[in-house]
Amino acid sequence: MSDPMKIRASLIGDVTEVKVLMSHEMETGQRKDAKGEVIPAWFIQNVSATWNDKTVLSAQWGTAVAKNPFVSFRFKGGVKGDRITVTWTDNRGDKRTDTAVIG
Amino acid sequence: MYAGLVAAGWVRAGVADAQAWNKDAFDSHAIAEARKALGAADAAQSDQISFVQTPEIAENGAVVPIGIASAVPKTDAIAVLIEKNPNPLAAVFEIPPGTEPAVSTRVKMAQTSNVYALVRADGRYYFASKEIKVTLGGCGG
Repeated sequence: MSDPMKIRASLIGDVTEVKVLMSHEMETGQRKDAKGEVIPAWFIQNVSATWNDKTVLSAQWGTAVAKNPFVSFRFKGGVKGDRITVTWTDNRGDKRTDTAVIG
Repeated sequence: MYAGLVAAGWVRAGVADAQAWNKDAFDSHAIAEARKALGAADAAQSDQISFVQTPEIAENGAVVPIGIASAVPKTDAIAVLIEKNPNPLAAVFEIPPGTEPAVSTRVKMAQTSNVYALVRADGRYYFASKEIKVTLGGCGG
């Protein structure tokens, strides 16, 4: 089970700024271990963020997104107390969902 | 044209099927191949796309901040491609109405390379590029 995401959602004027930090190896599949064997790719492929069940961002990622991925974006319409939910799915089918409240 | 985009998997992602993942595009080994797989082979250069908080020089290729903002009207997707990575396509972000056409993330860069910001707006494609110099590559063993 992977560690929780850190999600910060802040209201700036009428715009909600969302910053997400995920915990994931994001292994490229390009590296080799000490025995010279390729370390299999292991990375987040899909990300979606919702605000009150409305999708505010979705993404497809490849192996080039850095380890412990960070993403930030802004959307209009959020108010303090609303919930932001972020879900990722990796290439092994593992999935993680976390929620934060707009502050 | 539209059917081609649907087949390429970009149009559907985030709308009809949030879990779509464009394998052909991510597995591509060259920018031209990735753009074709995204349905964006005919993208036009645009000065309405900018890189924000993106360094000229990255000391550590394992963690390179990339910020992209589009002023192209009706922008609804932003992709990041790194020309000299083994697989150039790094990420595709779908921007629904109400979300600002700007996104920041961090990527890995194998070496000094041009980075392309590819934008879809009103069914057309646009791009801007920026060279980022890497002093220590991010894909080594």
